[in-house]
Amino acid sequence: MSIARFWRETPQRYNLGGSKCSDCSIVYFPPRSVCPNCSSHRRSIGRMVPFQLSGDGEVFSYTVVHEAAEGFDMQVPYVLALVKTVEGPLLTGQIVDVEADEVRIGLPVRAMFRKLREEGKAGVIHYGYKFAPREEDRAPAEPRGQRDASRAATPEGRRGPTTA
Amino acid sequence: MEAGIVSYGAYVPRYRITPAEIGRVWGIDGAGMGNNLNVLRKSVPSPDEDTITISTEALRLALARGGIDPQTIGALYVGSESHPYAVKPTATVVAQAVGATPFLTAADFEFACKAGTAAIQTCLGLVGAGMIRYGVAIGSDTSQGAPGDALEYSASAGGAAFVLGREHVIAQVHHTLSYTTDTPDFWRREGQRYPSHGGRFTGEPAYFRHVTECAQKIMEVAGTEAKSYAHVVFHQPNGKFPQRVGKTLGFSEAQMRYGLVTPYIGNTYSGAALIGLANVLDHAGPNERILVVGYGSGAGSDAFDLVTTDELVTFPRTIGRPVQQFLDRGQEIPYSIYAKFRGKIHMGEN
Repeated sequence: MSIARFWRETPQRYNLGGSKCSDCSIVYFPPRSVCPNCSSHRRSIGRMVPFQLSGDGEVFSYTVVHEAAEGFDMQVPYVLALVKTVEGPLLTGQIVDVEADEVRIGLPVRAMFRKLREEGKAGVIHYGYKFAPREEDRAPAEPRGQRDASRAATPEGRRGPTTA
Repeated sequence: MEAGIVSYGAYVPRYRITPAEIGRVWGIDGAGMGNNLNVLRKSVPSPDEDTITISTEALRLALARGGIDPQTIGALYVGSESHPYAVKPTATVVAQAVGATPFLTAADFEFACKAGTAAIQTCLGLVGAGMIRYGVAIGSDTSQGAPGDALEYSASAGGAAFVLGREHVIAQVHHTLSYTTDTPDFWRREGQRYPSHGGRFTGEPAYFRHVTECAQKIMEVAGTEAKSYAHVVFHQPNGKFPQRVGKTLGFSEAQMRYGLVTPYIGNTYSGAALIGLANVLDHAGPNERILVVGYGSGAGSDAFDLVTTDELVTFPRTIGRPVQQFLDRGQEIPYSIYAKFRGKIHMGEN
C-alpha cells in the first residue's frame, strides 16, 4: 500500500473516525458523505457529521487464520473477526492478546492501538486498530502476592546485575 | 511550584517469561539469576507492539481518567531508548492516535532509563510558565538484552503516561532536581541492535552514586528526611538495586512497597520508575508525600518531591486497568516463542 493512501486513512485507522447522519442518527464506518438510509439521499449531503467510535463492541463472527497474510507470519494462528461495535457499525479486525480457542461469538472486546504491518526493515511502519478481550471479562490468572518479591531478595551473586 | 500531575495511565504487554526459562536455554541457573536480581518474571511485547503502541495505550487511559480533551494538550514528549524509528518521531504518531494534533509541540526524548522523567521536568517548566495548559510526558520501552547476556533476564516492555497541568492536580510537584555526570556505564551505539554495558561498573559509580546524591540533595532542598515520605519510588533496573539504595537512604520496606514493580514485570527502562509511580498513585491517599528518583545510564538522576492532593479522592482511578492487574496477570511463554516475538530468530534476507 502506498504511503499516501495509508496516510489518508489515518483518522479511521488510528481513531476509528466515522460519520453520523444528523437526520436519522445512523453511524457509518468508514465515514460516508451521503446517508443511504435516509429516503432522500440528497437531504443528507452536508449533514453527515464526524463521529468517533468508542472502540467497544463484541465478536459478531470470527475465523482462525493459519495461512498468514504477508507480514503476519509471526502471529499464526491468529483470529480475524467481525466486531459489532456498540455504536452499530460492523468492523473487521484482528483479535489479539488471546489464544485462538478462547475466542467466541459474543466475546466483549475493546479496540487497541497496534502495529499493522511494516514496509520491510527500512520502510514505513503502519499502525491502526485491532481488538482484545476486555480485561474485566477475562478469568483472572493465578494471583501473585507482593510478598514474593521480598522473599526472592538474596545477597548479590557473582554476576553483577546491570542498570540502564 | 503550582504544577503537578493531573492524570496518569500505565500499560504493560500481556506476555511474560521467567528467568528460569531463559537460563534453561543458556545452561545457567536462571532461577538463581532471578533471585539475585529479584526478578520473578519479565514482560514481553507481542510482535505487533512497540514503544509507539505502548505509549498510546498508556496515554489513552490517562486522558480517559482525567476527562481531558486531547486538543488542550500543548506539548507531548515520549522518552524511550527503543523508539521504532531512528528518524521520525514516536511523539507524532502518539499525538495523532490520541487526537491531540495539530496544534501542539512534540518530540522524542532519549536518556537511557530516565528519558520519561526528563520529559516530566520539561512539561512542568512549560506548564509552570503558563505556555501550555497540559503537557504529556511518557516513559516507554521495549528494550532488549543480547541473547545470553545478563540484561536478557530483566529487559522488558511497558510504559506510563503522565498529564501535567495546574488544574485539578492530584499530586503537586513541590521540588524537582537532577544530578548529571558523564559516566559510561551502559550505551548503545548507532546501528547496534543490543546495548553494551560495563558489568559491575553499572553499580556503585553509576546507579548508586547518582540515585543517592540526587535523593539526598532533593531532601536537603525540600527540608525533608526519609520518614517524611509515605512512598518512595526509585529507578529499578532489577528488584534488588532499589531495595539496597532505599535501605541506605533510610527508607523502610513499607515505603518502597508500591513503588517496586520490576520483580513482577522486569525492567521497563524509561517506563520503570513511572510505572512504579503509577502504582503508588493507584494506592495512595490524599496529602501523602512521595519521593521519586529516576536514573538513566550515561548518566543522570531526576528527583521529584510530590504531595498528593484532595483531588485524588474523587479521581476515577477505577477507569481502565490498575497497575496491580499488570503485576498479577499475564501469559507465560517459553523461550522459543519469546525468541520469535522479539525477532531473535534469523529469517533470511527479504
